[in-house]
Amino acid sequence: MKKILFIQRRSPYGTGFAKEALDAILMASAFEQEISLVFTDDGVWQLKNQQDTKTLGIKNFSPTFKALELYEVKQIYVEQMALEQRGLQIEDLIIPVTVLATAELRQLIQQHDVILSF
Amino acid sequence: MSILHTVNKSPFVNNSLASCLRLAAQGDGILLIEDGVYGGLNHTGFTPELEQALANFTLYVLQPDLAARGIVNQAHPKVQQIDYAGFVDLTVFYTNVQAWF
Repeated sequence: MKKILFIQRRSPYGTGFAKEALDAILMASAFEQEISLVFTDDGVWQLKNQQDTKTLGIKNFSPTFKALELYEVKQIYVEQMALEQRGLQIEDLIIPVTVLATAELRQLIQQHDVILSF
Repeated sequence: MSILHTVNKSPFVNNSLASCLRLAAQGDGILLIEDGVYGGLNHTGFTPELEQALANFTLYVLQPDLAARGIVNQAHPKVQQIDYAGFVDLTVFYTNVQAWF
């Protein structure tokens, strides 16, 4: 079993990266790999609660993050600096996360066999 | 004669909004759309620049793009929230439209 880290740095709707990452994560979990996710930079916006895309006519995929636990994806991290720059608290996020300082995130990246960047 | 500037990129990862603010003229309108709406928020690292901009320009934000991103409540109170019909009105009201992307 490999330790896989998904690094997500893109906002949810500006590009297709966020949705593609989520699909890849669900796929990887089906192969029973040990998966960690980290959200930093504008990637933290993916986890913002209260998303409502009705007027835009596109799918709000943020509720899917709540299903990750069922797929045994339980190691979910957010970089503290990214939250602070955006005026966000962990209470503003749709799922519980572990908040990391920059040095801790640097370490986390070193501890994985495979890193996928979105 | 004044211009409506549209910005569709997040100020946290792209300098489109910074360039717009540098080059827009006093009295111009600036409309934040798509990921540009992240530039219209209160209590972020970008808010000081936004508040400086509010002294020179009229700032608008497209409300459906705020709603999609779950940040309606985080929008700066001095930035005017508009809908799609309001967007059309602005393009008529201003002499020209300049897109920063």
